[in-house]
Amino acid sequence: MRDILTVSSSPHIKTSENTRDIMADVLIALTPAAIFGCLLFGIKAAILLAVSVVTAIVAELLWDLLLKKPISIGDCSAAVTGLLLGMNLSVKTPVFVAVIGSAVAIIVVKQMFGGLGHNFVNPAIAARIVLLVSFPKAMSSFADPFTQNISAVTSATPLALEKGATSLKNLFFGLHAGCIGETSAFLLLIGFGYLLIRKVVSPIIPLSFIGTVAVLNLFFGGDVLAQILSGGLMLGAIFMATDYTTSPTDKWGKLIFGIGCGAITFIIRKFGALPEGVSYSIILMNILVPHINKLTASRPFGYRKAAK
Amino acid sequence: MKYAESILHPVKHIHGGAMLEHYKNTADFETVTMPSPDTVYIPLSQHIGAPCEPRVSVGDQVFVGTVIGDSDAAVSAPIHSSVSGTVKEIADKDFGGRTVKCIVIESDGKDTPDITLAKKQVNTAEDLIKAARDCGLVGLGGAGFPTHIKLNPSPNCRIDTLIINCAECEPYITSDYRESIENFGGIIEGVYLIKRLLRIKKVVICIERNKPKAIEKLMLVAADHRDADDSVKVMQLPDKYPQGAEKTIIYSATGRKLPLGKLPSDIGCIVMNITSVGTLYKYISTGMPLVEKRITVDGTAVRRPKNLLVKIGTPIKDVLEFVGGIHEKAEKVIAGGPMMGSCVVSTSAVVEKRTNAITVMKEQKKKPQTPCIRCGRCASACPMNLYPANVEAALNSGLYERFENLNVNYCMECGCCSFVCPAARPLTQVMRVAKQSLRRNKK
Repeated sequence: MRDILTVSSSPHIKTSENTRDIMADVLIALTPAAIFGCLLFGIKAAILLAVSVVTAIVAELLWDLLLKKPISIGDCSAAVTGLLLGMNLSVKTPVFVAVIGSAVAIIVVKQMFGGLGHNFVNPAIAARIVLLVSFPKAMSSFADPFTQNISAVTSATPLALEKGATSLKNLFFGLHAGCIGETSAFLLLIGFGYLLIRKVVSPIIPLSFIGTVAVLNLFFGGDVLAQILSGGLMLGAIFMATDYTTSPTDKWGKLIFGIGCGAITFIIRKFGALPEGVSYSIILMNILVPHINKLTASRPFGYRKAAK
Repeated sequence: MKYAESILHPVKHIHGGAMLEHYKNTADFETVTMPSPDTVYIPLSQHIGAPCEPRVSVGDQVFVGTVIGDSDAAVSAPIHSSVSGTVKEIADKDFGGRTVKCIVIESDGKDTPDITLAKKQVNTAEDLIKAARDCGLVGLGGAGFPTHIKLNPSPNCRIDTLIINCAECEPYITSDYRESIENFGGIIEGVYLIKRLLRIKKVVICIERNKPKAIEKLMLVAADHRDADDSVKVMQLPDKYPQGAEKTIIYSATGRKLPLGKLPSDIGCIVMNITSVGTLYKYISTGMPLVEKRITVDGTAVRRPKNLLVKIGTPIKDVLEFVGGIHEKAEKVIAGGPMMGSCVVSTSAVVEKRTNAITVMKEQKKKPQTPCIRCGRCASACPMNLYPANVEAALNSGLYERFENLNVNYCMECGCCSFVCPAARPLTQVMRVAKQSLRRNKK
């Protein structure tokens, strides 16, 4: 026995699960849709994804080295950001744009605000918006996966497809134009199922987000299924709106957040001039998160109002 | 049948908590009586409240059950000798960083009981309360609150429910479980005696679902002929930590929420640990006060785990020697279980009244501390609905004035937040620091 015992504050046991496991689970959940995107759009898609991921990791590494911080790439969070950004790009995006996007996501949006857990908006979404604004043409030309023709539409992928361009079945399984990782609702849902089983995310945000879009479309006479299955809605609702750091803590807060995202998405898609609403809706709601948290903070157990 | 039962007596589920591995390795190990050690070191403060004054002097001859310490303060409990022998020393003993005033008694090895000990006649509530005090009984679940005060609530409080706590939600510990099986007869008598004398309408015996053998036994309490009006119930609780904490068990058993700073009696409840009931009845039926304690010795570094009946004041090193030593890679020796127990610096620390286990842990794989990712698991695991991550953020930013609004005083330090944190943040410790900071500011 050791002469000197270790003394520490209780509890003396901890769950074996760590941050890296959570991030790895997100990567695993994204994998089917990412691989499908590569098969659908070809080698260029794979290159874009790889470049985004590698750039994100290198950017994080450089930041850590330059600022003499502990190397944090092992937690896989940079890889998640890179992969999400890559999956949000059209296959026609030039490679250098992906590099810029990943670097912006990691350096500007994440690290400059304090690194993991301190960013106030989702890095992948913020970077995507930066790219949308900076390279509007490169970001909004989508290839038809079968003809490889660049579709001339600069409007949103979902709206372009709404009227009869693609069958619902193709929409569901992902055989249509769009960003690399967003086309297959089916595979994204499988990823969602995996995250639920692993208890990585709560179902509240994705369900209320998608549900709100569906209900609003129902009321305003939109094509509900086409709206839900196309564009970046599935990818955004399942993987980006559920980012821990930039979503509310409590279940009622999550519900408000999801409904807000859904409503803004619907408004932008229906009335806005922007090509796609999911990114903007999430980023706008991200900014509201501290206020939502304050609003929905639960009372402690046994709380009684102080007698006056 | 099971479902019908659960509809008839719905259990209020607590918020949060953690699903822990139980590691109840010693559940089927019958209690072994450990022989008296050569010397016992009996601390004069083993309870919440005023420490005792010594009632013996160096050189005095004492016997098992002789009062050696007592206090005139209202909140206190007398202390008895656990061996027969001579008082060698009354002095501050250093248990490794913590100095405790102790009465050191050298055992003569005979364990002669004090001749004044005799069966007690208990006919009224006053008798019962006096018996609890004379027994030196304190909350044996770990809190150490003097039982005679608990049984004597202010006259404004109408007590309608007696809750017997046998949840034992901490990993490894099985001492209450063994008590409910081995001292079953004493518990049955104790429960009905307390119920009758304090005129309590309802008794709820709370036990976690994962202890079927004990549940079977305790069901017999409810089936007793004295329970004609069906007022004694066994309630099976989910096996979720920290089900056995006072606030959570009251909520599960009655649906009442204990407000901050209030006692269970303020909301009509008395909560007693099952071992406390057994010990009280033992005192009434034999006159032998609280001088020995059933403890579970287990943990990853204990080669042969055991349930032991140990004299109070026995040094932990003697106990560990008795169970056959511990693994050489042992890192921590914990008085209590791994979730809420506190580490001892040196194994010269002793077994006290409220010790219910000694858990010895091997060196664990170090989990690296990483930044908080605001996953919210600490908040979902908190049975008190608090936000440990926000408290940590406030502490790290020096915003101490926020602690009040973050309700840190509600924290019962169950350890769930630290347990579930994937980033290995020391959240429970942060809560303790925040509570201390609030207390200092109040002064």
